Amino acid sequence: MIRYERNMSALSKEENEKLKDFRVVVVGCGGLGGYTVEMLARLGIGHITVVDGDSFSESNLNRQILSNNQNLGKNKAIQAKKRIEIVNDLIEVVPVTKFIDEYNGTDILKGHDIVIDGLDNIDTRFLLQEKCEELKIPFVHGAIGGWYGQVTTIFPGDRTLDFIYRNRRKEGIEKRLGNPSFIPAMVSSIQVSEAVKVLIKKGEILRKKLLVIDLLYQDFKIINF
Amino acid sequence: MEVEIRLFASFREGREKKYFFKIGNLNLTVRDILEKLDIDEEEVAILLINGRDGKVDSALKDGDIISLFPPVGGG
Repeated sequence: MIRYERNMSALSKEENEKLKDFRVVVVGCGGLGGYTVEMLARLGIGHITVVDGDSFSESNLNRQILSNNQNLGKNKAIQAKKRIEIVNDLIEVVPVTKFIDEYNGTDILKGHDIVIDGLDNIDTRFLLQEKCEELKIPFVHGAIGGWYGQVTTIFPGDRTLDFIYRNRRKEGIEKRLGNPSFIPAMVSSIQVSEAVKVLIKKGEILRKKLLVIDLLYQDFKIINF
Repeated sequence: MEVEIRLFASFREGREKKYFFKIGNLNLTVRDILEKLDIDEEEVAILLINGRDGKVDSALKDGDIISLFPPVGGG
Protein backbone atom coordinates (compact mmCIF):
# COMPACT_ATOMS: atom_id res chain seq x y z
CA MET A 1 0.00 0.00 0.00
CA ILE A 2 1.48 3.34 -1.09
CA ARG A 3 0.29 4.97 2.15
CA TYR A 4 2.81 2.92 4.11
CA GLU A 5 5.58 2.85 1.47
CA ARG A 6 7.88 5.12 3.51
CA ASN A 7 7.50 2.96 6.59
CA MET A 8 9.60 0.49 4.55
CA SER A 9 12.07 -0.92 5.05
CA ALA A 10 12.57 0.37 8.59
CA LEU A 11 9.62 -1.96 8.98
CA SER A 12 9.39 -4.93 6.64
CA LYS A 13 6.26 -5.32 4.55
CA GLU A 14 5.16 -8.16 6.86
CA GLU A 15 5.80 -6.11 9.99
CA ASN A 16 3.84 -3.16 8.65
CA GLU A 17 1.04 -5.48 7.59
CA LYS A 18 0.89 -6.87 11.13
CA LEU A 19 0.39 -3.41 12.69
CA LYS A 20 -3.24 -3.33 11.57
CA ASP A 21 -4.01 -6.25 13.87
CA PHE A 22 -2.82 -4.54 17.06
CA ARG A 23 -4.96 -2.73 19.58
CA VAL A 24 -3.26 0.15 21.38
CA VAL A 25 -4.70 2.36 24.10
CA VAL A 26 -3.43 5.90 24.61
CA VAL A 27 -4.35 7.23 28.06
CA GLY A 28 -4.45 11.01 27.92
CA CYS A 29 -4.78 12.98 24.68
CA GLY A 30 -2.92 16.17 25.62
CA GLY A 31 0.73 16.99 24.95
CA LEU A 32 2.18 13.49 24.76
CA GLY A 33 -0.99 11.62 23.81
CA GLY A 34 -1.84 13.89 20.87
CA TYR A 35 1.44 13.24 19.09
CA THR A 36 1.29 9.57 20.04
CA VAL A 37 -2.14 9.05 18.45
CA GLU A 38 -1.04 10.83 15.29
CA MET A 39 2.10 8.70 14.92
CA LEU A 40 0.32 5.42 15.67
CA ALA A 41 -2.30 6.18 13.03
CA ARG A 42 0.23 7.15 10.37
CA LEU A 43 2.20 3.97 11.05
CA GLY A 44 -0.93 1.89 10.53
CA ILE A 45 -1.84 0.59 14.01
CA GLY A 46 -5.29 -0.88 13.29
CA HIS A 47 -7.14 -0.03 16.48
CA ILE A 48 -6.47 2.88 18.80
CA THR A 49 -8.51 3.58 21.93
CA VAL A 50 -8.07 7.19 23.06
CA VAL A 51 -8.92 8.11 26.64
CA ASP A 52 -9.43 11.61 28.02
CA GLY A 53 -12.17 13.24 30.08
CA ASP A 54 -10.77 16.73 29.57
CA SER A 55 -11.55 19.42 27.01
CA PHE A 56 -9.12 21.69 25.17
CA SER A 57 -8.40 25.08 26.65
CA GLU A 58 -6.34 28.03 25.49
CA SER A 59 -3.31 27.10 27.59
CA ASN A 60 -3.06 23.79 25.66
CA LEU A 61 -2.37 25.57 22.36
CA ASN A 62 1.38 25.97 22.92
CA ARG A 63 2.03 22.22 22.71
CA GLN A 64 -0.99 19.96 22.27
CA ILE A 65 -1.04 19.08 18.58
CA LEU A 66 -4.72 18.10 18.62
CA SER A 67 -5.77 21.51 19.96
CA ASN A 68 -6.47 24.52 17.72
CA ASN A 69 -8.38 27.78 17.72
CA GLN A 70 -11.51 26.03 16.49
CA ASN A 71 -11.85 23.20 18.99
CA LEU A 72 -11.37 24.91 22.36
CA GLY A 73 -13.92 23.53 24.84
CA LYS A 74 -14.24 20.22 22.95
CA ASN A 75 -13.40 16.84 24.47
CA LYS A 76 -9.83 15.73 23.72
CA ALA A 77 -10.64 12.07 22.97
CA ILE A 78 -13.35 13.04 20.47
CA GLN A 79 -10.97 15.49 18.81
CA ALA A 80 -8.36 12.72 18.56
CA LYS A 81 -10.88 10.57 16.71
CA LYS A 82 -11.79 13.44 14.37
CA ARG A 83 -8.14 14.09 13.60
CA ILE A 84 -7.44 10.46 12.75
CA GLU A 85 -10.49 10.30 10.49
CA ILE A 86 -8.81 12.85 8.21
CA VAL A 87 -5.27 11.40 8.59
CA ASN A 88 -5.90 7.68 8.06
CA ASP A 89 -9.42 6.38 7.63
CA LEU A 90 -8.21 2.77 7.76
CA ILE A 91 -7.75 3.11 11.50
CA GLU A 92 -10.49 2.33 13.98
CA VAL A 93 -10.41 4.93 16.75
CA VAL A 94 -12.57 4.48 19.84
CA PRO A 95 -12.81 7.54 22.09
CA VAL A 96 -13.41 7.17 25.83
CA THR A 97 -14.49 10.55 27.16
CA LYS A 98 -13.66 9.85 30.80
CA PHE A 99 -10.65 10.09 33.02
CA ILE A 100 -9.27 6.68 33.87
CA ASP A 101 -9.73 5.68 37.53
CA GLU A 102 -9.60 2.63 39.74
CA TYR A 103 -13.19 1.73 38.93
CA ASN A 104 -13.19 2.01 35.13
CA GLY A 105 -9.48 1.25 34.55
CA THR A 106 -9.75 -2.49 33.98
CA ASP A 107 -12.63 -2.16 31.50
CA ILE A 108 -10.88 0.58 29.54
CA LEU A 109 -7.51 -1.18 29.29
CA LYS A 110 -8.47 -4.83 28.82
CA GLY A 111 -8.23 -6.32 25.36
CA HIS A 112 -5.33 -4.09 24.27
CA ASP A 113 -1.84 -5.22 23.27
CA ILE A 114 -0.06 -2.24 24.80
CA VAL A 115 -0.83 0.87 26.86
CA ILE A 116 0.82 4.22 26.16
CA ASP A 117 1.06 6.87 28.86
CA GLY A 118 -0.14 10.35 27.95
CA LEU A 119 -1.10 11.28 31.51
CA ASP A 120 -0.26 14.51 33.29
CA ASN A 121 0.05 13.32 36.88
CA ILE A 122 2.04 10.79 38.86
CA ASP A 123 -0.80 9.22 40.88
CA THR A 124 -2.72 8.02 37.82
CA ARG A 125 0.49 6.59 36.35
CA PHE A 126 0.77 4.32 39.40
CA LEU A 127 -2.82 3.25 38.80
CA LEU A 128 -1.91 2.47 35.18
CA GLN A 129 1.13 0.46 36.27
CA GLU A 130 -1.07 -1.55 38.66
CA LYS A 131 -3.85 -2.17 36.14
CA CYS A 132 -1.38 -3.13 33.40
CA GLU A 133 0.21 -5.61 35.78
CA GLU A 134 -3.19 -7.14 36.60
CA LEU A 135 -4.10 -7.40 32.93
CA LYS A 136 -0.58 -8.48 31.88
CA ILE A 137 -0.21 -5.68 29.35
CA PRO A 138 3.06 -3.84 28.67
CA PHE A 139 3.03 -0.14 29.40
CA VAL A 140 5.16 2.58 27.79
CA HIS A 141 5.67 5.37 30.30
CA GLY A 142 6.55 8.89 29.24
CA ALA A 143 6.58 12.15 31.19
CA ILE A 144 7.65 15.72 30.53
CA GLY A 145 8.41 18.93 32.40
CA GLY A 146 10.21 22.04 31.17
CA TRP A 147 13.25 21.06 29.08
CA TYR A 148 13.14 17.55 30.49
CA GLY A 149 11.51 14.23 29.74
CA GLN A 150 11.74 10.52 30.39
CA VAL A 151 10.67 7.22 28.83
CA THR A 152 10.65 3.63 30.01
CA THR A 153 8.83 0.47 28.94
CA ILE A 154 7.31 -1.44 31.83
CA PHE A 155 6.33 -5.11 31.70
CA PRO A 156 4.05 -6.71 34.30
CA GLY A 157 6.08 -7.23 37.46
CA ASP A 158 8.82 -4.68 36.62
CA ARG A 159 7.19 -1.87 38.65
CA THR A 160 9.74 0.58 37.30
CA LEU A 161 7.67 3.56 38.47
CA ASP A 162 8.50 2.59 42.07
CA PHE A 163 12.14 3.47 41.34
CA ILE A 164 11.60 6.65 39.35
CA TYR A 165 9.07 8.31 41.66
CA ARG A 166 10.53 7.21 44.99
CA ASN A 167 8.49 9.67 47.05
CA ARG A 168 5.34 9.31 44.94
CA ARG A 169 4.89 13.04 44.94
CA LYS A 170 1.67 14.17 43.34
CA GLU A 171 3.32 16.80 41.20
CA GLY A 172 6.50 17.05 39.21
CA ILE A 173 8.67 19.94 38.03
CA GLU A 174 6.25 20.66 35.15
CA LYS A 175 3.99 22.58 37.54
CA ARG A 176 6.71 25.19 37.89
CA LEU A 177 8.50 24.86 34.53
CA GLY A 178 5.58 24.32 32.15
CA ASN A 179 5.92 22.33 28.94
CA PRO A 180 7.25 24.04 25.80
CA SER A 181 6.20 22.65 22.39
CA PHE A 182 9.32 20.62 21.61
CA ILE A 183 9.33 18.39 24.67
CA PRO A 184 6.07 16.41 24.19
CA ALA A 185 6.90 15.79 20.52
CA MET A 186 10.30 14.41 21.48
CA VAL A 187 9.15 12.14 24.29
CA SER A 188 6.08 10.90 22.40
CA SER A 189 8.27 9.90 19.42
CA ILE A 190 10.40 7.73 21.65
CA GLN A 191 7.32 6.20 23.31
CA VAL A 192 5.84 5.29 19.91
CA SER A 193 9.10 3.72 18.75
CA GLU A 194 9.15 1.66 21.96
CA ALA A 195 5.54 0.52 21.46
CA VAL A 196 6.17 -0.55 17.88
CA LYS A 197 9.25 -2.52 18.89
CA VAL A 198 7.33 -4.31 21.65
CA LEU A 199 4.51 -5.15 19.22
CA ILE A 200 6.65 -6.47 16.38
CA LYS A 201 9.42 -7.79 18.67
CA LYS A 202 12.24 -5.88 17.04
CA GLY A 203 15.38 -4.16 18.29
CA GLU A 204 16.02 -3.32 21.93
CA ILE A 205 13.64 -1.61 24.31
CA LEU A 206 13.97 0.50 27.47
CA ARG A 207 12.88 -2.28 29.82
CA LYS A 208 14.10 -1.70 33.39
CA LYS A 209 15.91 1.27 31.88
CA LEU A 210 14.86 4.89 32.04
CA LEU A 211 15.89 7.22 29.24
CA VAL A 212 16.32 10.65 30.81
CA ILE A 213 16.28 13.56 28.40
CA ASP A 214 17.61 17.04 29.11
CA LEU A 215 17.18 19.31 26.10
CA LEU A 216 18.67 22.30 27.90
CA TYR A 217 22.09 20.63 28.10
CA GLN A 218 21.41 18.06 25.32
CA ASP A 219 22.14 15.39 27.86
CA PHE A 220 20.65 11.94 27.17
CA LYS A 221 21.21 9.30 29.79
CA ILE A 222 20.01 5.73 30.36
CA ILE A 223 19.56 4.64 33.97
CA ASN A 224 19.41 0.89 34.66
CA PHE A 225 17.09 -0.46 37.35
CA MET B 1 37.97 10.70 51.06
CA GLU B 2 35.78 12.38 48.48
CA VAL B 3 32.37 11.84 46.87
CA GLU B 4 30.98 13.23 43.65
CA ILE B 5 27.44 14.60 43.35
CA ARG B 6 25.83 14.89 39.94
CA LEU B 7 22.71 16.99 39.62
CA PHE B 8 20.20 16.65 36.79
CA ALA B 9 17.37 18.65 35.22
CA SER B 10 16.00 21.43 37.41
CA PHE B 11 18.37 20.60 40.29
CA ARG B 12 20.97 22.44 38.20
CA GLU B 13 19.08 25.72 38.50
CA GLY B 14 21.19 28.02 40.69
CA ARG B 15 23.65 25.19 41.30
CA GLU B 16 26.53 23.52 39.49
CA LYS B 17 26.10 20.29 37.49
CA LYS B 18 28.67 18.54 39.65
CA TYR B 19 30.08 18.86 43.15
CA PHE B 20 32.93 17.15 44.92
CA PHE B 21 32.69 16.87 48.69
CA LYS B 22 35.52 15.93 51.00
CA ILE B 23 33.94 13.58 53.53
CA GLY B 24 37.05 12.76 55.56
CA ASN B 25 36.31 10.17 58.19
CA LEU B 26 32.87 11.59 58.99
CA ASN B 27 30.07 9.10 58.72
CA LEU B 28 28.07 11.10 56.23
CA THR B 29 24.94 9.92 54.42
CA VAL B 30 23.26 11.10 51.25
CA ARG B 31 20.87 13.05 53.50
CA ASP B 32 23.78 15.17 54.79
CA ILE B 33 24.78 16.00 51.23
CA LEU B 34 21.21 16.99 50.34
CA GLU B 35 21.22 19.38 53.27
CA LYS B 36 24.49 20.94 52.14
CA LEU B 37 23.04 21.49 48.66
CA ASP B 38 19.74 22.78 50.05
CA ILE B 39 17.77 20.07 48.24
CA ASP B 40 14.59 18.89 49.93
CA GLU B 41 14.65 15.11 50.26
CA GLU B 42 11.03 15.05 49.11
CA GLU B 43 12.08 16.67 45.82
CA VAL B 44 14.35 13.76 44.89
CA ALA B 45 12.54 11.34 42.58
CA ILE B 46 15.54 9.24 41.55
CA LEU B 47 18.57 8.71 43.74
CA LEU B 48 21.46 6.71 42.36
CA ILE B 49 24.59 5.66 44.17
CA ASN B 50 27.20 4.54 41.66
CA GLY B 51 24.48 4.15 39.04
CA ARG B 52 22.19 1.98 41.17
CA ASP B 53 19.02 2.80 43.08
CA GLY B 54 20.08 4.11 46.51
CA LYS B 55 18.66 5.38 49.79
CA VAL B 56 18.98 8.76 51.50
CA ASP B 57 20.32 7.18 54.65
CA SER B 58 23.03 5.21 52.84
CA ALA B 59 26.48 5.86 54.31
CA LEU B 60 28.91 7.40 51.84
CA LYS B 61 32.18 5.77 50.88
CA ASP B 62 35.25 7.22 49.24
CA GLY B 63 34.73 7.58 45.51
CA ASP B 64 30.92 7.24 45.55
CA ILE B 65 29.04 9.01 42.78
CA ILE B 66 25.58 10.22 43.80
CA SER B 67 23.13 11.20 41.04
CA LEU B 68 19.96 13.11 41.84
CA PHE B 69 16.91 13.66 39.60
CA PRO B 70 13.72 15.61 40.33
CA PRO B 71 10.24 14.22 39.51
CA VAL B 72 9.05 14.76 35.94
CA GLY B 73 5.32 14.16 35.77
CA GLY B 74 3.71 16.19 33.00
CA GLY B 75 2.17 15.02 29.79
